[in-house]
Amino acid sequence: MATTEPRIWPKQKVLQPTPSELYPSSDNPDLLEINLGPNHPSTHGVLRVVTTLDGEIVVGLKCEVGYVHTGIEKNIEQKTYWKAIPYVPRMDYLSFFSGETAFCMATEKALELEVPRRAEWIRVLFQELARLHSHLVFLGTGSVDLGGIALLFYCFRARDEVLDLFEMVCGARMHPRYCQVGGVAEDLPKGFEAICRKFIPFMRNQLDQYDELIAANPIWLGRTKGVGVLSPEFAMQMGLTGPNLRASGVPYDLRSANGGYGAYRELDYTPVVEQGGDVHARFRIRIEEMRASVDLIEKVLDGMPGGPIIADDRKVVLPPRHELHTSMESLIHHFKLVTEGFTVPAGEVYAPIESARGEFGFHLIADGGPKPWRVRLRSPSLVLLQSLAALCEGVYLADLIAILASIDPVLGDVDR
Amino acid sequence: MQVNSPTWGEPDNGAGDRLEAEFGAGVIIRRVEHRGELTLDIPVDRLLDVCRFLRDHEGYDLLSDVTAVDYLGYQGEVAGYWGGGSDGRDINHYSHSGKGAVPEAAGPKRFAVSTTLCKVMTVTDGNHRRLRVRVWLDEDESISTLISVYPSADFHEREAFDLMGITFEGHPNLRRILMPDDWGGHPQRKDYPIGGEPVQFSDEV
Repeated sequence: MATTEPRIWPKQKVLQPTPSELYPSSDNPDLLEINLGPNHPSTHGVLRVVTTLDGEIVVGLKCEVGYVHTGIEKNIEQKTYWKAIPYVPRMDYLSFFSGETAFCMATEKALELEVPRRAEWIRVLFQELARLHSHLVFLGTGSVDLGGIALLFYCFRARDEVLDLFEMVCGARMHPRYCQVGGVAEDLPKGFEAICRKFIPFMRNQLDQYDELIAANPIWLGRTKGVGVLSPEFAMQMGLTGPNLRASGVPYDLRSANGGYGAYRELDYTPVVEQGGDVHARFRIRIEEMRASVDLIEKVLDGMPGGPIIADDRKVVLPPRHELHTSMESLIHHFKLVTEGFTVPAGEVYAPIESARGEFGFHLIADGGPKPWRVRLRSPSLVLLQSLAALCEGVYLADLIAILASIDPVLGDVDR
Repeated sequence: MQVNSPTWGEPDNGAGDRLEAEFGAGVIIRRVEHRGELTLDIPVDRLLDVCRFLRDHEGYDLLSDVTAVDYLGYQGEVAGYWGGGSDGRDINHYSHSGKGAVPEAAGPKRFAVSTTLCKVMTVTDGNHRRLRVRVWLDEDESISTLISVYPSADFHEREAFDLMGITFEGHPNLRRILMPDDWGGHPQRKDYPIGGEPVQFSDEV
């Protein structure tokens, strides 16, 4: 895994005057300005990268975002809390379950609602599956950007297995809306554990295959080693979190920092760290993180506690369906919750979680009513896109594609 | 009971005390502790100094988030809304069904800009603390940009400018980021009309 030799990091300076944009310094009349995107497959969505080229060297770069801005924050202000949950996974559509969990956790924190132990464990299971899903898409599409198409088909086959597990538990393959304020919406179906256990050795075998495909491939190594090196201090200044930060050797992971959140507190997760800080390290760390995720899934299945899957607070949580036919009180609660929603005490909370691409946080400002006063989504992709210009100073255009693929932005998450 | 937030660490009241020792008692207008999260309200003109002190002396090396909030009509009974008709929205037209008046701002001032900071690499005791610094602004006020202290504030501040209309003094590239460049108004303000949405790019040429 990680090498222990000390590393000399490049001295990276924050770009002046704008940290996120690189301006060409010479008035060379032969400079060529091109648009990468917004409809370019290598930008992984609708991102427009305005690039100035001197021959094949990148001398100027700025990112234009906002093409898929749908106003999710403003929309959530018009919805009651639990009607807002389906909006959230549509942002980071690759790591969809993280969004749901983060929003529910922020609401639970504002409510001071205790989540049953089993629900926390189920959430961890699906957060790790969503992380696997996201990293698989990253690895597949990233390798296409570097010219190797085989890995895409391998990764998407495994991705399908992950989506099958989501389909089994909630009926939808993506955007499950399975997380619920107070717990999860339904218990795991019969037979889920057996299928999930079969998935574990399959996934491990797959990961070994991916490794074999790229680990000793000279073209792959030539394209990735030493390209786009990111020093830890610079990563900190540019606000990078998640795998990109850990690929530069900083062992910061919200799943283990301060003991972790949710059921990660009981699982003793140790963050995966790589030392290179280049494109190669950022690809490696995703593969190693997928291994760690599979280990976590196995650990969760082994230790899955019994008990309720959702909190028993009738002012917040829907009553069980069968009670509606016999209990007047349950019917009233159900009616009130569906029409009015529940109220959340006034105040400001910020609940971050570790999604597949870093710190994903919900800043929730409640006014005591049934709708959030303001929701702010701290999306990791928006932040990490800022470092692109500094990383691409003086590289070849083809390396720009590799660097962009390796930092793994999701444009739905950038624009929200 | 899971009240304390593990992702926030212990409330860092020590940092608040040291801030007061450095800048005088007036630098913290009030401390708010809610669900284990500490918020320091500070005067608008001290934001840059306070953040620089927190970065250099307290070890808050990661800017986690910048959030702008519009408190117009907060907790009030808003019966009306800023609406639009079939021909588009009218930012200056307030619709109400007879009982609604234009709501007043409920906070000390109308807008709040909260900056959430986090300790990542400087942690020695295994406690990654977080701290929120908040300033209050009126519509005609502006705050200084944090780019010189935390370069990653760039996109966050552009977004706050774009969607909430907060002006950041000294920002080298303060232009819209999510909305089109020629957009009118700031959509996340509470007095921005909902509905009456004109269809974009459908004008006859």
